[in-house]
Amino acid sequence: MSELKRTPLYEEHLALGARMVPFAGWEMPVQYAGIIEEHLAVRQHVGVFDVCHMSEFRFFGFDAKDALQRIVTNDLGKIDEIGRAVYTVMCDEDGGIIDDLIVYHTGDLEYLVIANAANHDSDWDWFTAHLARSVEAVDESDRTGLIAVQGPEALRVIGDLAGAGFEPPARFSIAEARLDGVPVLLARTGYTGEDGVEIVCHASNAVAIWRLLLSFPEVQPCGLGARDTLRLEMGYALYGSDMDRGVDPISAGLGWTVALGKGEFIGREAIARIKEEGPKKRLVGLLVDEGVPRHGYPVLHGETEVGKVASGTFSPSLRTGIATAYVPAELAAPGTELGVAIRRKVSRAVVVRPPFVKGTSLDKPAS
Amino acid sequence: MYPADLRYDREHEWVRLDGDVATIGITDYAQDQLGEVVYVDLPSVGDEVVAGDSFGEIESVKSVSELFSPVSGEIVEVNDALADAPELVNSSPYEDGWMIKVRVADPAIALDGLMTADEYESFIAEEA
Repeated sequence: MSELKRTPLYEEHLALGARMVPFAGWEMPVQYAGIIEEHLAVRQHVGVFDVCHMSEFRFFGFDAKDALQRIVTNDLGKIDEIGRAVYTVMCDEDGGIIDDLIVYHTGDLEYLVIANAANHDSDWDWFTAHLARSVEAVDESDRTGLIAVQGPEALRVIGDLAGAGFEPPARFSIAEARLDGVPVLLARTGYTGEDGVEIVCHASNAVAIWRLLLSFPEVQPCGLGARDTLRLEMGYALYGSDMDRGVDPISAGLGWTVALGKGEFIGREAIARIKEEGPKKRLVGLLVDEGVPRHGYPVLHGETEVGKVASGTFSPSLRTGIATAYVPAELAAPGTELGVAIRRKVSRAVVVRPPFVKGTSLDKPAS
Repeated sequence: MYPADLRYDREHEWVRLDGDVATIGITDYAQDQLGEVVYVDLPSVGDEVVAGDSFGEIESVKSVSELFSPVSGEIVEVNDALADAPELVNSSPYEDGWMIKVRVADPAIALDGLMTADEYESFIAEEA
C-alpha cells in the first residue's frame, strides 16, 4: 500500500490528541473527544471538520458550462447566477454513479467542483476525458484547504471572524470573504444536516483558519466518525457505501439530482429508461430496534435475505441503530417491516423515509 | 489504573473473585480503545461459559468486539443496567460497568493463568 497523504492540518490533529486512521488514501482524524460528543456538539453548537482531503477541480472557459452540463446529471442552468451551487452526481453511459459532487458557479465562465477524496483520480480522468478541449481544467486539490464549520451557532462564529458588515452567503451559495484578514471562499453548504459553511482557502492558510475557529470555546473539532453519523442521520448518501458504479441515481434515491429535461448528458438514456420502468431496487432508510447495523449485514424479509446494509451506525441523536439498505422496490414503502441480521440475532427494522432526524438548524428559515 | 485485587486476560477482561463467584468486565484500557460504548449484548442467567470462549459482544459507534470469558462456569447474574446505560462501561469499567457473574467450579484454580495488575500493565505497554 502506498504511503498515506496528510492534510495541512495533520500536526494540529496530533496536537489535539486525535485518533488517526487511514481513509481514502489519507491519514485522517476519526475522533478527538469521542464520536457521540462531537456529533452532539454539531447538532447543538458548532463543530469543525478537516475536509482538506476532498478534491477541488476548477473549470474555465466559454464552453465550461456546456461541457459540464454533458457530464453531470443536474441542470447547471439552476446556477446561472454567479455564486450559486448545486449538488449533483455524474454517471457513466449505463447510469452507474461515478461520483457525487457539488458544482459552484464561482465567476464569469468559472466553475468549482468539490468531489470525494477517494475518487480523485477517477474523477479527474473522467472530467478530462469528456471535457471539450476548449475548457481549461485545473486540479487544485493539493493547494486547496477545506474546513467545514457546521452547527446552529456556525454562522455566528463565522460572522465574528468576518467582522462588521458581514453577510453570510445564501443557502447553497458561495462568496468571497475574509476571516480575520485571511481571504477565503465561504460556501453555505455541508453534509451534516446543520446550517454552516465550508471554508475554501489556500492550503497554506488552513492552519491559521483552523486555529482561529478553535479559539472559540464553543467550537469542537470533529472527526470522520461524527461526520459519518451526522450525514447518515440525514439520510445523505455516501459514495462507496450507498452508491458506486453499480447503481444508478434513481435506485439510490437521487432522482432529484437528475434533470432529464436539460438536454443530452452522459447516462441520460439509461437513467430515463430506469425511471420509466421503475428501479428494481431502492435505497431505503431502516430504523433498527436493537444493536448496531453495519455495512454488509444481511437485510431480511421474513426468513429471506433481500439485501444488505449499505450504511449503518448508531444514531447519537435517536440513541438507536439506523441504516440504509438496497431492497427490492416492492419492499421499499415506509412502514414495511424487515429484519437486519446482526450476527447471531435478527433485529426488527422498519423502513422509514429519511431524514432520520428532523428539525435541525437546516430546517429553520434561512438567514 | 489497574486495580490490584483483580486478575486480567489478554483480551482485556478483568475478573474479581468473591468466594466461588467471579465478576467479569472489561478494563479501563479496553473501554478507552473502544470509545463510547453504545450496546452490550450479554448472555442469559443459567448459560454456561467456557474460559477463552466468547460470551457476548460490545459495540461502540465505530466498531464491534467480542467479549471473552476469562473463567468457566455458570452465569448467575448479568448486569441488566447495561441495556439502558451501556455508557457505564466507559464511566465505571470496574464497578457499575461489570457484565456478568459466573459461579466457577473450583475457585482455587479459576484464576490460574490470568495476569496480575502489574503483569497486565506490562502487557498493555508491549501491545501499545
